[in-house]
Amino acid sequence: MLDAANPIPMMTINGCIIVAIRDDLDDQEIVSLQDRLVEEVAKRNAHGVVIDISSLEIVDTFAGRMLAAMAQMARVMNARTIVVGMRPAVAMTLVELGMTLDGVETALNADRAINAIVSDRSNKL
Amino acid sequence: MTDEAARVTLKTSGDVAFARQAAAKAMAAIGASTIKSTKFVTAVSEIARNAVIYGRGGVISFSEAGAAGQKRVVAVCTDRGPGIDDIDRAVSDGFSTGKSLGLGLGGAKRLVDRFEITSSSKQGTKVTLECGPR
Repeated sequence: MLDAANPIPMMTINGCIIVAIRDDLDDQEIVSLQDRLVEEVAKRNAHGVVIDISSLEIVDTFAGRMLAAMAQMARVMNARTIVVGMRPAVAMTLVELGMTLDGVETALNADRAINAIVSDRSNKL
Repeated sequence: MTDEAARVTLKTSGDVAFARQAAAKAMAAIGASTIKSTKFVTAVSEIARNAVIYGRGGVISFSEAGAAGQKRVVAVCTDRGPGIDDIDRAVSDGFSTGKSLGLGLGGAKRLVDRFEITSSSKQGTKVTLECGPR
């Protein structure tokens, strides 16, 4: 388990915040990650967020709802969120659960996600 | 006969994570495929969280059933909660007495091979989940 002194690392590259979620976060840790992420978007003036869930062995309804909420919050702050690295078994399970993650943009890997965010940004400028 | 392989007391959201770990270990022990294991662990996560949030805490135990070569994992989760008034409604998608999406119980049912739920206001709620390796 993580504690306040040992939070999930976040880094900002090219205006993109990159977060790699470590496996087996409990519900409270997910909620505190959500809070930190929103603060980080404001502080770093980020225009994109990439959330890597490749180490997550499962995504249940709680984690799925939190991912969707993080994407929505970031969008309200004008940052585009892309979830990357979803395992095939996780995708199949989410669909059976009935969690379609509407409104959550996904990409196969972080490379593609960052490229998409950066080129989207330069088109707008 | 079944041997109890693991037992996790459910009080906090951290305990739900322990229940997930125990579920993954039990599925690995019967040589389950990745997809089956992922589905079962997800179902366990939903049920264990329900016990913590709605059931005032509880216990989940894992055991193996079936003959060698056809082993299945059985998880039994019991809580001390007020019980569920209308089980059919609770298992249907979109129903929640809390703030959740209402996909947990119905979703968990779809993810496993066998799903049983009994509930009473005196004895709380008992959910049984069973899953084979393939």
